[in-house]
Amino acid sequence: MSAGHAHALYVHGDSRVHALPAHVKLVALLIVIVAVVATPRERVGVFAAHAVVIIAAAACAHLSPRFIGGRLLIGAPFLAFAVLLPFVGGGDRVVVGALSLSVGGLWGAWSVLVKGTLALAASVVVTATTPVPALLTGLGRLRVPVVITEIAGFMVRYLEVIAGEMHRAKVAMAARGYQPRWAWQGTALATSAGALFIRSHERGERVYDAMLSRGYQGRLPQLGATAATRADWARALALPLCAAAAAALAVIG
Amino acid sequence: MSAPALEVRGLEYAYPDGTQVLRGADFHIHPGERVALLGPNGAGKTTLVLHLNGILTPDGGDVTVAGLAVQPRTVKEIRRRVGIVFQDPDDQLFMTTVRQDVAFGPANYGVTGEELDRRVMGALTAVGMAGVVDRPPHHLSLGERRRVAVATVLAMNPEILVLDEPSSNMDPASRRELADVLAGLEITLLMITHDLPYALELCPRAMIMNHGRIVADGPTAALLGDRELMSANRLELPLGFDPSLARPERLPAP
Ligand SMILES: Nc1ncnc2c1ncn2[C@@H]1O[C@H](COP(=O)(O)OP(=O)(O)O)[C@@H](O)[C@H]1O
Ligand SMILES: [Mg+2]
Repeated sequence: MSAGHAHALYVHGDSRVHALPAHVKLVALLIVIVAVVATPRERVGVFAAHAVVIIAAAACAHLSPRFIGGRLLIGAPFLAFAVLLPFVGGGDRVVVGALSLSVGGLWGAWSVLVKGTLALAASVVVTATTPVPALLTGLGRLRVPVVITEIAGFMVRYLEVIAGEMHRAKVAMAARGYQPRWAWQGTALATSAGALFIRSHERGERVYDAMLSRGYQGRLPQLGATAATRADWARALALPLCAAAAAALAVIG
Repeated sequence: MSAPALEVRGLEYAYPDGTQVLRGADFHIHPGERVALLGPNGAGKTTLVLHLNGILTPDGGDVTVAGLAVQPRTVKEIRRRVGIVFQDPDDQLFMTTVRQDVAFGPANYGVTGEELDRRVMGALTAVGMAGVVDRPPHHLSLGERRRVAVATVLAMNPEILVLDEPSSNMDPASRRELADVLAGLEITLLMITHDLPYALELCPRAMIMNHGRIVADGPTAALLGDRELMSANRLELPLGFDPSLARPERLPAP
C-alpha cells in the first residue's frame, strides 16, 4: 500500500547502476540527452548507436526492456502530436498510397519521436535506479538553484503520489471484477480520474504538511548523499561518452 | 504554576471553501500532563492540530507553546517544540530509509554528524525500533511504521508530543506495543483518539471537542463515566467496558 505511493518511479535493486551516486548519474543522463538532441535527424545509424548505449545501461541496471517500454508509454501523449506533422508540414511532398505527405513533416515527426523516446528512455533508467530524495540532493550537489530542485521535487512527488493512487484505484476496481487491459482503457477509470486527482492532491498536501512540521523550509537536508569516487565517474560516464562521441562524429562528418 | 506547555485561546478557523470548523477552542496543558482529546468525526480535532505548529493560521485567537506565541517569525522554533505524529504514517515517512526519515527533522535544524546519529538511534531505541534503522519504511508493518513515525518526531526533542489517532487500524498486539511505548515516554502528551479505553489507560485527563469547541474537560474516568455527556457527543464505550471498574494502570508519576 505505502510502497506504491512512496516510490512509484523507483525500482528496488542492488545493481551497479543503483549503487552509483545520484549526481554522477544525473551528469551521465545530461550527456546522453545532449548527444541525442544534437544528432542530426538524418543520421539514423547514430540514433541506433544511442539506443544501444541506453539498452546497455538498462541491462546493467537489471531493468527489462518490457519495463522500459511500459514507462515509455507515459510519454506517448506528448509524442502524439508528432504524428500530425507529415500532414500539416509544407515543402516537397511524397505520395504514400492515398496520402500526400510533407517530406519535411515526415523528418520532423521522426526527429521528435526518436529524440523524445531516447531521452525519455535514458531518464527512465536514471529515475528507476535512484530514489527521489537522492535525485533531489544530487541536483543540489550539482549546484542547481534551490528553486528548480524544489519545483522538480514537487513535480516528481505529485507524479509519484498520483501513480500510487492510480494503482490503488485499479486494485479497488479489480477487486470488484473490473479488468481494464491498460490504465486508460474503460470508462470506469476515466470517470474516476477527477476523484483520483483530488485524492492524490490531498495526499500530496498531507505529505507536505508532515514535511513542514519537521522544519522543512524548501531545502532537503543532505542525508545519505554519498561522495563519488573516480571509479564511480568512470563507470557512469563510459556509456554516455560513447553516445557523445557518436553524436560528435555525426555533427562533424 | 509554571507557564503552560501549550495554551490555546479562542481559536477560530474556517477553510477557504467556507466550512467553519473551529469556533472558539480554549484550553491549556501543563508540562508533564497527558491529555486525551476526544470527539466525533468532523469535530475539528485534526484542524486544531494543524494550528498547534502554524501549518494553518487562525482567523481568530492564538496558540502559545511554552511561552512562545505561534507567528510566522517563530514558526521554525515552534515546529521543533511541537512534535506532531500524523494519523497516516505513510504521510509522515517519505524518505528512503528509516534512518534518513528519523534524521530529516533534526537535520533541518542543523544537527549533523555524530550528534545526528545519536539522535536517530536514541529516538528509535525509545520506540523499540532500533533494529530497523536501515530498512525502507514501506517494508514495515503498520504498527512498526506508527512507532517509527513517533521516532521521527522524538528525534527533534519536542516539548510536547501530539498524536492524531495513533491506535486507529492497528491489530491488538500492535496497539498494545504502541501503548507501552507511549506510557514509557517522559513527555507532555496530547493524544487525539476514538479509542476510549486507550485514552483511559494513557491519559489521566481528557477533553471532548464538538462543533469546533472544547465542551468538556476533566479526569478521563469521570468523563467516560458520564453517560449523558458521552451520548450527547456521539462517543460510545466498547460493549461491557465500565470505566469505573477499569482502573487506569499507568498514571505517570507526578
Ligand atoms: N481541507 C479542507 N477543506 C475544507 N474542509 C475541510 C478540510 N479538511 C477538513 N475539512 C472539514 O472540516 C471539518 C473538520 O475536519 P477535521 O478537523 O478533520 O475533523 P476531525 O479530525 O475531528 O474528524 C470536517 O467537516 C471536514 O470535512
Ligand atoms: Mg481527524
